[in-house]
Amino acid sequence: MISYLVRRILWIIPVLFTVSIITFILMHSVPGGPWDRDKRLPEGVQARLNAQYGLDQPIYVQYVNWAGQFVQGNLGPSYRYQDRTVNTIVADGIGTTVQLGVMAFILAVLVGIPLGIIAALGHNRSPDYLSTSVSIVGIATPSFVLAILLIVFFGVELRWFPTSGWKGPQYWVLPTIALAGFPIAQIARYTRASMLEVTRKDYIRTAQSKGLRDRAVVVRHMVRNALIPVVTILGPIFAFLVTGSFIIETIFAIPGVGRYYITAIGTRDYSLLMAMTMLYAFAVAFMNVVVDVLYAYIDPRIRYS
Amino acid sequence: MATSSTVLERRVAKPKQSAGLWSDAWGRLRKNRLAILGLVLVILLLTAGLLGPIIAPWNYQVQDLQAVFANGNRPVPPFSPGHLLGTDSLGRDLLSRLLDGARISVTVAFVVQIVILTIGVPIGALAGWFGGNLDNALMRFTDVIYAFPDLLFIILLSVAFRETAFGQALDGLFLVFVAIGLTSWVTVARLVRGQLLALKETEFVEAARAIGVSDRRIVTRHLLPNGLSPIIVAITLGIPSAILAESTLAFIGVGVQPPRASWGSLIADGEKYVRGDPHLVLFPAVAIALALIGFTFLGDGLRDALDPKLKGKQ
Repeated sequence: MISYLVRRILWIIPVLFTVSIITFILMHSVPGGPWDRDKRLPEGVQARLNAQYGLDQPIYVQYVNWAGQFVQGNLGPSYRYQDRTVNTIVADGIGTTVQLGVMAFILAVLVGIPLGIIAALGHNRSPDYLSTSVSIVGIATPSFVLAILLIVFFGVELRWFPTSGWKGPQYWVLPTIALAGFPIAQIARYTRASMLEVTRKDYIRTAQSKGLRDRAVVVRHMVRNALIPVVTILGPIFAFLVTGSFIIETIFAIPGVGRYYITAIGTRDYSLLMAMTMLYAFAVAFMNVVVDVLYAYIDPRIRYS
Repeated sequence: MATSSTVLERRVAKPKQSAGLWSDAWGRLRKNRLAILGLVLVILLLTAGLLGPIIAPWNYQVQDLQAVFANGNRPVPPFSPGHLLGTDSLGRDLLSRLLDGARISVTVAFVVQIVILTIGVPIGALAGWFGGNLDNALMRFTDVIYAFPDLLFIILLSVAFRETAFGQALDGLFLVFVAIGLTSWVTVARLVRGQLLALKETEFVEAARAIGVSDRRIVTRHLLPNGLSPIIVAITLGIPSAILAESTLAFIGVGVQPPRASWGSLIADGEKYVRGDPHLVLFPAVAIALALIGFTFLGDGLRDALDPKLKGKQ
């Protein structure tokens, strides 16, 4: 188990390496550069800036320079925000982005799993239809639409919550709901399907026939077994939360790191873009390992070697 | 084991010959009301996409400025004469623009899935069939693609190739479709590999061999139907993801170029007017919702209908 874990974590390194090379090449093949402004800079100035930042060198030299700095933890200067390094930009915003993601994740689990269980227990009766309707709304509404609707109803019309910024708990409500909508629906759907599958198992019939109370059958035998496959979708949901935070942070003007992700491409802020890519790739690859290990931990039938 | 008992049950308890996988599946699908609703929505979307320009009351880029002037320079509200769903601030008929958007969504649905199939099936099949080092190498490659930030990749690709003929094809959409496909084949590849690995070892394949069924019949009657259905389901359920990805990209301004507009860019345009003219956001949002619901229900229904393990139960 330990050696499996170590191998999986070490495997993240070549993944990050490959992702960084592909992104680096793609990024530099995009026309334009970080010095493009509405008012064109004189050629000489541009050339001097390129020389100063090493952008005049062949691309493989640039990559080696970047990678050398990266492994030492130095993410480089931002081309756009010239008074700040990428390290300070990431350090300033990462806490907010992680907080938003974690809150949305907790909300999705706390709402999605009970919703799925209730739907399965009341299969084809009103609880099922109610819960399924909630899932349908969650699946049919992209997070940016949900965000706009929440802003209009709860922000502008009812004035219950502020619609932009991140200054206190009342600011957290709408973005968290907007981000959690789709994961809630996915988790509820998976939990429901998994519960219905478990209901037909022999061990449930055994538990019932030996006279266990319904409650004990549901809690001890059905729910615990039904949640095992649900763990497998936590990986994709995590990736969704990270990507979703880019859009949600932009719509709600949240000072996290996600919104830089989209703007950094437009401004050709190479170092910021690379930092964001590595952050994303590490987070997704790492969470995959966590989910796999968690899966083996809660299901004793699975053993990695 | 559920699988082996099902085989035995079928042998012993089933008096009449099964009508075949596809008609059995259709029979089960027909009884599933949600799946039929999904199928109807999908057919509606396909019709709108194919016949869009013919049935649209206006051309999607024609501006009915008179109607906008008559309305005090504001977007025409829905249910007005000549504009059933109203117009945007430039006087362009919303229904006609939605129909053009349907055409974009239908194209997304198919082009992306074709890209996914052409990459995912061979890679998954090679890995599953040959196993060993090739399997290892291919699966590690899917790890890289999986960890790759797809949004970034799609945006970079579409900015990098915007000026080329490839980037201009289908009003800039072709590139977006290919980019979405290039980042989403991993699921299908893993599925195909898993199917082949699992099916090679199953008792029913072994049993079929033991009673002398020819290899060809094993492939056509056992491997293909069992392996194909999860792939069909994955493809159907992959369509809403692709439509969602395209509309999200369009919302942040990547992909289709004006004056054409996908549903995502219609919502982005309408966001400014959402307080006074909510129809500019709501109608495209409903269009997206119906498309997503349609393919999701159909995919779920297909999964239930094609899953032979559920046969005779429920």
